[in-house]
Amino acid sequence: MTDTLPLQTPPAQTAPAPAIEIDRFDFYYGAFQALHEITLTMPVGQVTALIGPSGCGKSTLLRCLNRMNDLVLGARIGAGEVRIHGTNIYGNEIDPIELRKKVGMVFQKSNPFPKSIYENVIYGLRLQGRKKRAELDEVVERSLRGAALWDEVKDRLHTSGLSLSGGQQQRLCIARAIAVEPEILLMDEPCSALDPVATSKVEELIFDLKKQYTIVIVTHNMQQAGRCSDYTGFFYLGRLVELDRTEKIFTNPSQKQTEDYITGRFG
Amino acid sequence: MHAPFHPFSKQPSFSRRVEKAAFWIVRLATYAILAAAFVIFIQISYKGAQTVFRTSFPFINTEFLMESPATLYVFEWEGKKMEMDDDAFRAFRQEHPDAQISANSYAHSAGGIFPCIVGTVLLVGGSMVIALFLGVSSAIYLNEYARDGRAIRLVRLAILNLAGVPSIVFGLFGFGLFVIFFGWNVSLLAGWFTLALMVLPVVITASEESLKTVPPGMREASLALGATRWQTIRTNVLPYALPGILTSSILSIARVAGETAPIMFTAAYMVSDKLPWDVEKVSDFFFQPVMALPYHIYVVSSKIPQNEYTERVQYGTAFVFLVVVALIALASVLFRLRLRKKLQW
Repeated sequence: MTDTLPLQTPPAQTAPAPAIEIDRFDFYYGAFQALHEITLTMPVGQVTALIGPSGCGKSTLLRCLNRMNDLVLGARIGAGEVRIHGTNIYGNEIDPIELRKKVGMVFQKSNPFPKSIYENVIYGLRLQGRKKRAELDEVVERSLRGAALWDEVKDRLHTSGLSLSGGQQQRLCIARAIAVEPEILLMDEPCSALDPVATSKVEELIFDLKKQYTIVIVTHNMQQAGRCSDYTGFFYLGRLVELDRTEKIFTNPSQKQTEDYITGRFG
Repeated sequence: MHAPFHPFSKQPSFSRRVEKAAFWIVRLATYAILAAAFVIFIQISYKGAQTVFRTSFPFINTEFLMESPATLYVFEWEGKKMEMDDDAFRAFRQEHPDAQISANSYAHSAGGIFPCIVGTVLLVGGSMVIALFLGVSSAIYLNEYARDGRAIRLVRLAILNLAGVPSIVFGLFGFGLFVIFFGWNVSLLAGWFTLALMVLPVVITASEESLKTVPPGMREASLALGATRWQTIRTNVLPYALPGILTSSILSIARVAGETAPIMFTAAYMVSDKLPWDVEKVSDFFFQPVMALPYHIYVVSSKIPQNEYTERVQYGTAFVFLVVVALIALASVLFRLRLRKKLQW
């Protein structure tokens, strides 16, 4: 199945190449339409933040990008396409299992497995049947360094992942996600359960990670969107109101609704 | 009617008195359970221990634990009361061929209950393996794979109904299906399946509850890393649910070990000359009837006269039975602890 999913980054162009293109995408939970005609592109190697009030569909959209919504009872696509590096991920020949290896996800609530830190990081590799100790050791170090956690845990890799603090657990989850070397990283409110210090660490991390990964982050925290994203999309009631460069959204949005939300007049 | 409100009144208010009464009712009801449990345990232990233990070395009645049941002969000889089992009585008669001996005989009251212990352990072991396999599998299917629909509702209804079926009906069903229709005869295998079907609803419900306690985040995290559902269940759901499944299954163990009705037509014999491993072919092992502790208690308390000689085996068997169930439960508790230790919560 891997062959059918050409997710290699296309050659660099002057404008950043699109990693994700969503085209007139409608999505339903049973009879309820959660997304209305979403059309947007997210460029490679950039951080795109999705903001909007609760229930506006931003998390739904995020979970459509790695087909986690397949698992929800009654979830279905109404119309449109989601293309990742040009391939429609809802095409018949796409195996969602393979897709999820390429599109990693970090959840709102940090959810390390009740295993050692080491086993947590290599979980994805174990699934793929990789066993070589040296290779696994290397991946653990690389991923934990990548998630800015290595220095804090290198002496206790075999203690439980649940013994870490909340912020460390979330970074462990990020390390676990990048261990399988995805191309896109989806983050669903990754800092909502963290204190400001841990939040700033994760934000710094996002800034570093975008060198290698295309990142889509859902956040309730507008300062966070402003601080760490290149593009920001504002959602309201299942519609994309506006998507533009973050500076523009936060200084001079073209829609009145966006401005009202950002300035805190509603939502 | 209303007494004037007086914050420093020494007299408790009406509702306070009601509360006090209610408190004592619920408290005494709770203690009644304790009393019942104590009376049962102490009586069985006190009377049973006299059979099982000895005041002199080796302190345990090894004959009772390690030998097959035999018939007890009681008679008077030269002014003395004699008690002998089959072999001793036969030998005694040969020694005194001319003697006029009028002996009372009591079946099962001499010898021991070793075949019953073995039979019960085998019945519990086999049926729990079958029940856990079927139960955990269907719980996984219902909880992880199946999407709610008419068929699934039917399955759940069937489970509920199965839970309400009296055990004697299971016995009859097992007799009809396994013993007669499948032609397994009265056998270990028929008993295993009958008992397994009987506890299946409990095992399924308990397993489903345990699976539900595994946070959904565990499944999502695993799936998001490119695991299939089965990989997720095997590596990231079942290991965390297993201790809970075993905890609830311990209750089923007591039930499987204790039920007489389902095995009386399907697996148990009053007397079996051979021990279960005395078979010619391996396959014969599964198709032989066994003796079992609960059935033995039933037999010795209802089929032979009640007196001081037979009481020993009655209470002795009941006591050993309690100990055996406790030991099996203890083994599964230890197993559960070992499983839990592997997880790093």
